[in-house]
Amino acid sequence: MLDVAPATPFDPKDYLRLQYMPHFMCPGCGHGIALRALLAAVHDCGIAKDDLAVVCGIGCSGRVGGYIDANTFHTTHGRPLAFATGLKLARPDLTVVVVTGDGDCLAIGGNHLIHAARRNLDLTCLMLNNEVYGMTGGQASPTTAATRLTSTTQSGAIEPTFDACALAAAAGAGFVGREVTRQAPALKTLIARALRHKGFSFVEVMSDCTEVYGRKNDLGEAPEMILSQKADMRPEQHNDAPNQPFRPNALPTGVFVERDLPEYGARLRAHAAMIRGDTAR
Amino acid sequence: MSTRLTALHGNHACALAAVAAGCRFFAGYPITPSSEIAEHLSYELPKVGGTFVQMEDEIASIAAVIGASLGGLRAMTATSGPGFSLMQENIGYGAMIEAPCVVIDVMRGGPSTGMPTRPAQGDIMQARFGSHGDRPVVALAPASVQEIYTETIRAFDLAEQLRTPVTVLYDQVIAQLLESVAVPEPATIHVHERKWANGAGAAFQPYAAGEDGVPAMVRPGDGHRVHTTGLTHAESGFPTQVPPVVDRMMRRLLGKIDIHAAMLERYETLMTDDADVLVVAYGITARAARRAVMVLRAEGLRVGLFRPITLWPFPEGPLRRLAGQARAVLVPEMNAGQLVLEIQRLVAGAAPVHPLGRIDGEPIAPDQIVAAVKELAVHA
Repeated sequence: MLDVAPATPFDPKDYLRLQYMPHFMCPGCGHGIALRALLAAVHDCGIAKDDLAVVCGIGCSGRVGGYIDANTFHTTHGRPLAFATGLKLARPDLTVVVVTGDGDCLAIGGNHLIHAARRNLDLTCLMLNNEVYGMTGGQASPTTAATRLTSTTQSGAIEPTFDACALAAAAGAGFVGREVTRQAPALKTLIARALRHKGFSFVEVMSDCTEVYGRKNDLGEAPEMILSQKADMRPEQHNDAPNQPFRPNALPTGVFVERDLPEYGARLRAHAAMIRGDTAR
Repeated sequence: MSTRLTALHGNHACALAAVAAGCRFFAGYPITPSSEIAEHLSYELPKVGGTFVQMEDEIASIAAVIGASLGGLRAMTATSGPGFSLMQENIGYGAMIEAPCVVIDVMRGGPSTGMPTRPAQGDIMQARFGSHGDRPVVALAPASVQEIYTETIRAFDLAEQLRTPVTVLYDQVIAQLLESVAVPEPATIHVHERKWANGAGAAFQPYAAGEDGVPAMVRPGDGHRVHTTGLTHAESGFPTQVPPVVDRMMRRLLGKIDIHAAMLERYETLMTDDADVLVVAYGITARAARRAVMVLRAEGLRVGLFRPITLWPFPEGPLRRLAGQARAVLVPEMNAGQLVLEIQRLVAGAAPVHPLGRIDGEPIAPDQIVAAVKELAVHA
């Protein structure tokens, strides 16, 4: 992995399976920006495509991996971190990136997130947060803000939301950050830092779902949704729940946690050496 | 074959056999009565350069096992009924993407939490049909500690050759039974090497198979850079919903079991040549049945035993042949009647097929089978 960006300029075409273009994301979906930022970060870090494994779950985020010209795995709903754990332990030589979504990672896969963070295996987890289950038609997710309209909250969402970054940090992740798709260069830089971090790194990417969320909530089309991420990272228009842990008036971005913790794979290998040493005596 | 005799508990034998078979990755979650497998492997695997990891649940365990298998390692998990239920979706995923792995299910009383420390054989149909959709299924049913050793090794061999998850089903009795085991010398143990792909290039088709129906596997980093998905996929590895392609891919996936039927078939018979009554039993129940056959033979009754060792795919041909000669078939098992349904289907009226189920957490005793055979009233 390179500490400085390589001399060759980044061309996303070098990292995409062009034969599967055009991709199937909806017009205005933020996931394409996240994909490009990931590829640019991979380029900046000098990670060879053969050495890159991208493990996805199910949902719109789960389909991002298939477009990447690398070793790509589209697994089961909520479980990409668990599959990635086995893959990385079997193959420490690979750079393993998990691409997941707010439903995949925080609802059905919430258990795996906290334990991956606690275990601190060297994985990079990108959670593309579009605040909704897009692929299944726009149902409420654990990050759907209060009062939002979705196909399962037709009178407005009432459940509190998860702050995914606070959750990952509390569970022990060594690197935690958040960025919005509007700030694509900053997003790329953040992902590159996460890739270089030794241990479990978690990046929440604030994405946009125009088709089944933005339209339903009068958030405008893609340009309006992107622009609304600007100044305060999307102020709530219906903020009648001031004590919510997530989505207060300003959504912070940046790196929240960056700490050196013992990496799990290295710990396991040291532990195995100790056992073998015991056996030899 | 050079061997060394040693006394082992069933679960210990399973763990040692896995290591001997080249298993280098285990992920699991504690559950009675299978936990000793994980406990032994937590210590044995690091000694041989392998990895043991205790996951957060059984769903994660089988996921990590499949992930390690995709990374190129022989990999296994072990569980009991409740955990086996949780694993079903990912076992289906493993079958769909064709990831070799071994799942040990030590059966305990069910349903639900049931009786964790009591034996049962209630997961037979879950092993066959537990995951949604049609998928290739291989399940083995050892009946002794010795056979746990040999069948665990065979499970790895079949998984690697067929590129599919293989389940080993045994009950709490033999899991914790202490028996002498003839442990073969490591050099005499042979597990086939997975068929690896070599032909990186744009034209490479990761799910194209030859006549044996088993596609060669890629190793991440070998230059193939393929896509793996549980979505129904074409030979390219990418999703498809084109009916003729889906049909072709599904028939190839399911058909690889049929192609290898002769290799998969394994069963044992005892005094079946002239049997009026054929007892069909597996696992610990087959050992009670063996004793019952000997007792009944001593009394002059013509009774024989058919014991499937490969449970799925069921050894249909031999069973049909023997049942066709019998006047009645009895299927004792520690459940309310599961394998008996398959036997009734196979015998198809050629002889009456009777269930003998036991669901009170006790193993079936020889006397119970003796009495049931005598009640059949088919003896000349």
